Amino acid sequence: MPDQAARGAAIVEYQHVSKSYASARAARGAPGAVNDLSLTVPAGKICVLVGPSGCGKTTSLKMVNRLIEPTSGRILIDGADIAGRDATELRREIGYVIQQVGLFPHQTIGANVAVVPRLLGWPAARQRERAEELLALVGLDPALYRDRYPAQLSGGERQRVGVARALAADPPLMLMDEPFGAVDPIVRERLQNEFLRLQAELAKTILFVTHDIDEAIKMGDLVAVMQVGGHLEQFAPPAEILAAPASEFVADFVGADRGLKRLSLTRVSELALQPVVTARVGEPAGDARTRTLADPFPYLLLLDASDRPIGWVSQGHIPATGSLAASLATPMSPLLDRRTTLKDALSMMLDADVQTGIVVDRTGRLRGVLTVEAIAAALRPGADPEVIASAASAAVPADPGASAGGTSAGGTSAAPLSGADA
Amino acid sequence: MIDWGWLAGHLDAIAYRTWQHVYLAALGVAIGFAISFVLALAAARYRILYPPISALAGILFTIPSLALFAALISITGFSVVTAEVPLVLYTLVILVRNIVAGLDAVPVDVVEAADGMGHSRRQRLWRVELPLALPLIVAGLRLATVSTIGLVTITGTISDAYGGLGYFILDGYHRGNFLTEMYAGAVPSILLALGADLLFVRAQRRVTPWAQARATEAAA
Amino acid sequence: MNLVTETAAWLTNPAQWAGQSGIPNRLLEHVLIASISLGIALLLALPAGLAIGHTGRGAAVAAGVANLGRSLPSLAVIAIAIPVTVLVDPVLGGTVLPTLVAMVVLAIPPILVNAYTGIAEVDRDLVEAGRGMGMREREILAGIELPVALPVVLGGVRSAAVQIVATATLGAIFGSGGLGRFLVDGIAQNDDGQVFGGVVLVAGLAITTEVAVGLLERLARSPGLRGPGVRPAPELAPPAPLRGA
Repeated sequence: MPDQAARGAAIVEYQHVSKSYASARAARGAPGAVNDLSLTVPAGKICVLVGPSGCGKTTSLKMVNRLIEPTSGRILIDGADIAGRDATELRREIGYVIQQVGLFPHQTIGANVAVVPRLLGWPAARQRERAEELLALVGLDPALYRDRYPAQLSGGERQRVGVARALAADPPLMLMDEPFGAVDPIVRERLQNEFLRLQAELAKTILFVTHDIDEAIKMGDLVAVMQVGGHLEQFAPPAEILAAPASEFVADFVGADRGLKRLSLTRVSELALQPVVTARVGEPAGDARTRTLADPFPYLLLLDASDRPIGWVSQGHIPATGSLAASLATPMSPLLDRRTTLKDALSMMLDADVQTGIVVDRTGRLRGVLTVEAIAAALRPGADPEVIASAASAAVPADPGASAGGTSAGGTSAAPLSGADA
Repeated sequence: MIDWGWLAGHLDAIAYRTWQHVYLAALGVAIGFAISFVLALAAARYRILYPPISALAGILFTIPSLALFAALISITGFSVVTAEVPLVLYTLVILVRNIVAGLDAVPVDVVEAADGMGHSRRQRLWRVELPLALPLIVAGLRLATVSTIGLVTITGTISDAYGGLGYFILDGYHRGNFLTEMYAGAVPSILLALGADLLFVRAQRRVTPWAQARATEAAA
Repeated sequence: MNLVTETAAWLTNPAQWAGQSGIPNRLLEHVLIASISLGIALLLALPAGLAIGHTGRGAAVAAGVANLGRSLPSLAVIAIAIPVTVLVDPVLGGTVLPTLVAMVVLAIPPILVNAYTGIAEVDRDLVEAGRGMGMREREILAGIELPVALPVVLGGVRSAAVQIVATATLGAIFGSGGLGRFLVDGIAQNDDGQVFGGVVLVAGLAITTEVAVGLLERLARSPGLRGPGVRPAPELAPPAPLRGA
């Protein structure tokens, strides 16, 4: 028995839900129809319905707030069949965001945001307060936007208002139908990121429809891939969809570059970093030279007094005597932090034409080094972080600017290296 | 040309007929609006009603008003009903079309959002659809009012008791083209029509603050 | 029922079909002055409307003129025209001419408005393509804009035609001929049969005009512009003031 979700997030359950249209009842592949959909969306998670046009994803979404009624099957919210409730009342408890937003052009932004509270009979002062709170939440200055009209706003601003409006009555469940589809890619990315930030705070249950697999992977905690005719092909976390597509359709829909897509799901912090020989400026060069020669990797990483990386020194260029000078080093590798996705890391390394990236913490201090091999190892199906770590250290970290070399044991170094820790 | 003496002597008659003109027109438009509102809501809700209503309206619209007035005389005599029924009918014809068009003009996504947020049918109609249909409705009212003002002049053909300012036009003609009197009727009636038109133009602007906002935004 | 039989009797009475005040003659008078005034109105309004639509200049003035014309009570216009037309011809000037003037004046707005909005609404890409191919402005107007805008322009003509028929009916009050005479005379003589006969004839003519020009409108739409995906040309001009208003 699914327990009531904590902190006002609902559990949504589809039980053998089907929708067929009279004329297409015979044809199972009819666009817009839904065929025996069963899935459960846990509380506080974003579940993305994704698929090509006509796969029934929007129809499935609209059956939750009963804008469309199922032909058969049940939909439960927190264990209660929605068919038993008054549709109008039900909708006031569900946030609804559509692609064209549908702001009321004849009302101010403030009034638009407060629509559902007004329908619920909230006192005017509380309506206004809530509207301002929400506008601030979605990044719009209430003083500036409250009294404007929708026609005066840009597409991105209107989308934000649409989200604010859906959140107004603090619903436990939100339905979003291609909410970011009508804006350009730059605005879309910003809106997606901000929405994820919002969701981290609010933890509502979200049902999200999109036709864009990249958006599904980025936004979803769970992804439901649907096929034309309303058939559910796979329902799993995005990593699993990418690593183990359940059918050829899913594999095709995800795209031949799903390996690369997986890279965007993993962050540097999830991989074990590699050791590298380091030394600080001013330290005796001879000692550094000895250590570097002993290490299979022919480069020294020069750090400043605060352990911040300055650049690489090839072993042949380390003087036998004297102390290390900053001028010896050549900065070649990109600096990565823990939150960088592997996809971005790989991209940066390719741009710099190197095989190694330097991982630093928030203050810029060295944490370790990441190689292209380590990233490739992470891509293998069933890749385990522990396995990755040992595999990576077993391989020789190649020249920052050269191709891969042989194998050797991990060397000693002065810099503290760590795996995935805070 | 103009007999100012006659004018001076007939000021109260002119005043009376002006008032009668306004009264007959206002009555016709008011009743017509009320009926057309109901009809339009019905037609918007039950779509099958619309084609027959629209067709009937179209036919009525085409028939010259004099014919309608004349036809009614035989049925309802020389009463105010004979004068008002055509006025109401012609107002109906314009307004039903405009109200339905206004409701149809509400963007689909706005309607869907309204439904999705939990408006009942009635709430959606009064809070969302009608306010957005208002510009077209006011445009219809503007046309209907101006037309009705014109039609009132023709009610004079029914009897001398009616006609508003049209009475002077007809009476002056029957006195052998008495120009002063004819102009005493014609000119004010034109001014009345234009005045009403202007009033409605102002009203149209007042009714759509959001359109004004966009205009100032575009200018800025 | 009595009314119906009276009307039928009147309409079928052979006396009504002969002579100067017979149906055919009145019909002829009606159609004649309607055609003349439509012709004049077209001559005045159509070129102006097409030019305004094509160049885009003067639209505001045209809109103002159209608005003005739309608001004028027909009866008042006829009355105002009388002293002027009487100077032209003392006999006709008191009967037919003022009505004719009013008919022209009231027919100009719908023709003008529909002409310029119809042309203005033609896809600018088409015009640009034409210019790019080296078509002269006149050729663009005649070869691209007019054919595409024709249904809309004809819609204005239809509106004007029906308006003219109605105003001609009114003219009977001022001694002009036409089918309206049956209405006016019938009222004066308290002859219901005549009145209703007149109603039938007038309504019949008005509806026939509307349908006939409407048919022309439909025929004028190029086959390329018809079809399921294409919306029919909207009635752009607000409907002309009510018949006889």
